[in-house]
Amino acid sequence: MNKMKNENIKAIIQDWVPDLEFTEDSLEYVTVVVPRASLRHFLRKLRDDEQTKLDFMFCLTGVDYPKYLEVIYHLESTTLGLILVVKARTEDRGENAVLDTVSDLFRTAEFHEREVFDLLGVRFKGHPDLRRLFLTEDWVGHPLRKDYVDTVNIVKR
Amino acid sequence: MKTEELIINPQGKTEEYFINMGPQHPATHGVLRLLLTLDGEIVRKVDADLGYIHRSIEKMTEFDTYRQIVHLTDRMDYLSAHMNNEAVCLAVEKGLQIEVSDRVKVIRTIMTELTRLSSHQLWWGVIGMDTGALTTFMYAFRDREMINDIFEETCGARLTMNYFVPGGLMWDIHPNFQKRVKDFIKHFKTKLPEYDTLLSDNVIFRKRTEGIGILSKEDAISFGVTGPGARASGVRCDLRKKHPYSAYDRVEFKEILGTKGDTFERYRVRILEMWESMHIIEQLIDNIPEGEILEKTKAVIKLPKGEFYQRVETARGEFGANIISDGKKSPYRMKFRSPGFSNLSVIDHLAKGWKVADLVAIMATFDFVIPDIDR
Amino acid sequence: MYDFTGLIQGINKWLHSILPAVAADVVGWILIAAAFLGLFAILGLVLVLAERKIAAFFQLRLGPNRIGPWGIFQTVADAIKLLLKEPVGTNRADSFLYNLAPYFVIIAALMSMSVLPFAKGLHAYDIDIGVFFVIAMSSLGVMGILLGGWASNNKYALLGAMRSGAQMISYELSVGLSILTIVLLSGSLRMSDIVASQSDYWFIFKGHIPAWIAFMIFIIAGTAETNRTPFDLTEAESELGAGFHTEYSGLKFAFFFLSEFVNMFIIAAMGAILFFGGWMPLHIGGWDGFNHVMDFIPPIFWFFGKVSFLIFLIMWFRWTFPRLRIDQLLTLEWKYLLPMNLANILLMAFIVLMGWHL
Repeated sequence: MNKMKNENIKAIIQDWVPDLEFTEDSLEYVTVVVPRASLRHFLRKLRDDEQTKLDFMFCLTGVDYPKYLEVIYHLESTTLGLILVVKARTEDRGENAVLDTVSDLFRTAEFHEREVFDLLGVRFKGHPDLRRLFLTEDWVGHPLRKDYVDTVNIVKR
Repeated sequence: MKTEELIINPQGKTEEYFINMGPQHPATHGVLRLLLTLDGEIVRKVDADLGYIHRSIEKMTEFDTYRQIVHLTDRMDYLSAHMNNEAVCLAVEKGLQIEVSDRVKVIRTIMTELTRLSSHQLWWGVIGMDTGALTTFMYAFRDREMINDIFEETCGARLTMNYFVPGGLMWDIHPNFQKRVKDFIKHFKTKLPEYDTLLSDNVIFRKRTEGIGILSKEDAISFGVTGPGARASGVRCDLRKKHPYSAYDRVEFKEILGTKGDTFERYRVRILEMWESMHIIEQLIDNIPEGEILEKTKAVIKLPKGEFYQRVETARGEFGANIISDGKKSPYRMKFRSPGFSNLSVIDHLAKGWKVADLVAIMATFDFVIPDIDR
Repeated sequence: MYDFTGLIQGINKWLHSILPAVAADVVGWILIAAAFLGLFAILGLVLVLAERKIAAFFQLRLGPNRIGPWGIFQTVADAIKLLLKEPVGTNRADSFLYNLAPYFVIIAALMSMSVLPFAKGLHAYDIDIGVFFVIAMSSLGVMGILLGGWASNNKYALLGAMRSGAQMISYELSVGLSILTIVLLSGSLRMSDIVASQSDYWFIFKGHIPAWIAFMIFIIAGTAETNRTPFDLTEAESELGAGFHTEYSGLKFAFFFLSEFVNMFIIAAMGAILFFGGWMPLHIGGWDGFNHVMDFIPPIFWFFGKVSFLIFLIMWFRWTFPRLRIDQLLTLEWKYLLPMNLANILLMAFIVLMGWHL
């Protein structure tokens, strides 16, 4: 059942954009890596298109990799039952750690993007209120990054 | 009638002011800080300031083994401790590709439903307190105590149980378990109607909740609201039905859906869910199959490279555990999608234009547990 | 049968015989003041304990049970604790008004108690506008709440105080009008007259249905006047923390706390006097034997029995109902209670005019 739906959505996306990169990270869900320039456009298309209707973003994860930061969007269609995982990568981990916001497409992303900005330092272009969420405004650094140093509170085992 | 329509002189200029609701405030049930912009009594803006109980659990997981991570999760949503544990256990089992025995599945389902009941009971007590009826709290605790006793007997703890482990259960159920659960169900079936007579049918309570804070279906989906809060708006988001896990595919129960999406509907959905939870437990409690309670796993679990996502339905909504593994004994990154976090983001949208008292009632129906939001 | 007039006059005469006239009066006043302060303190202690015990009864708990048998000395211990507590205030408060506010509340409560007749001849001041005096004094209390909320320099306190202002002004009307309905029956504002005219039937029976309506409105509005659930918007624990007394501690807080309970007593006493005959035993016109038996029960028991019943009723409300919202509170008053009350007065006037009352 799920397998069929997965193949279904994979076919739809390949029909739209033939050269997108699919990763095999997840055994369950179809995972697709989207170029950051077309992220917003792609997610809007996924949300509004009759075939996909992925209107519910149930998770937004930020991950720190050595070369780039990655944001993972878990999308689900409340009507069709399809699930798709979309990944977007920033150019680097410093100056250009920027992605377009999707908070106007999925309102839930408003908080999630603030969290990712706070803990990982991905700046979301166009976010209406991009402030730190958990930490204080004057906090230095982004704790969920792998190179974040806190000699007092982080005990490496 | 919405309060704005009551203002006789719309041109009359009033000054808006800020008020700090929390971090110590009776209605936020924890260390949540809401920065309210008020116009008299009317809420104009709700700005949530989180992090007062942020413990960096996601960072801690990067240094812990998978067995240790399970123990962190019930410190998040401590009222849905079993569900949180289950999410991590299922995600790890997914990574190891082991299938637990039927006995484990059934026991896990009974335990999570008992947790749901106890969580909803506490919520019912608290919504009464938030609307000013203090007696509900004690009534709820009378019944909740019985569930806690059942947990204590089997799991050894009353709140943060840590009973589920990757591969099964910590140990087998107590010999008294079935009898006590049945006793509790019998007892609670007579007490749940009392909840209705005390609070649900109260005229003042109805006036305070009906037609207040209406959440449309589209908004519920867009804001990522899950759980009873979204089901009251008609969103089919019950993961027990949508993506059944453990033994939910073998029991028969109704997904409670509302239509109006107002505060009272959210209240009603939760009350009806308690009946459904009892129904689920009744179906399983006499049919616990024999079997292994713990599958053999290595002492230090190492997951293969990849992403393992598990969604479970807690008492508050969808809880997700996302393990991103690079093949080591600790995850490379672990993300917890907590229901309260997304549910909180809708508060500003819902409370705008309503009174402070309505804000408190709206917050009560989403049943926030602050450590679950902050993680 | 139990007439205190003689006793009181006896004490007065004896004072005058051993002291010069002015000194005798002063000593008399001091004695009265001491008696009332004593009553005030005892009421506070007993009512707080009663509230906690009744709350426990409603909530499947035991309530205070550690200090003394059945915890009866709990409130004494609490009072000592409050007395010894450090008064913590805010720097930015308007200190004069901030310190003045509790006295407003407590003095208003004390003053309105002075006209209550506890038994025949047992009252401090049988003024001919007694009912009016109580209404006037009890509405002075809100000044203290407003002052306290305003001077605390705290937004929660301010919100609570403003709510209280709106609430008091509204519900003053209902209390006044429902009392007026009964005054129509008695034809006098003097407390002793009101009680005396219930010697055959209590007003609640005398006035037929209008009296019942008036009683219900009175008890609703009275609960609102004393800021108790379901009308405790001034405190509104779950919304405003503690409302107007957020910034008060120690003895000043105790004053607010005490005056709430004493106000409840006053409302219950007014209800008992106006509707249930005050200290008058249960008399039924024509049944002389029955009336004679009832007379054996001392009036003080009748009075406090009725008051206790009404207090229990008000406490019952508190531990059962959720709280109203501010606009619902005002809607209830202005759209429902007030028109009902006005119509009720007309109806009562008509009944009195036609002589249909018992």
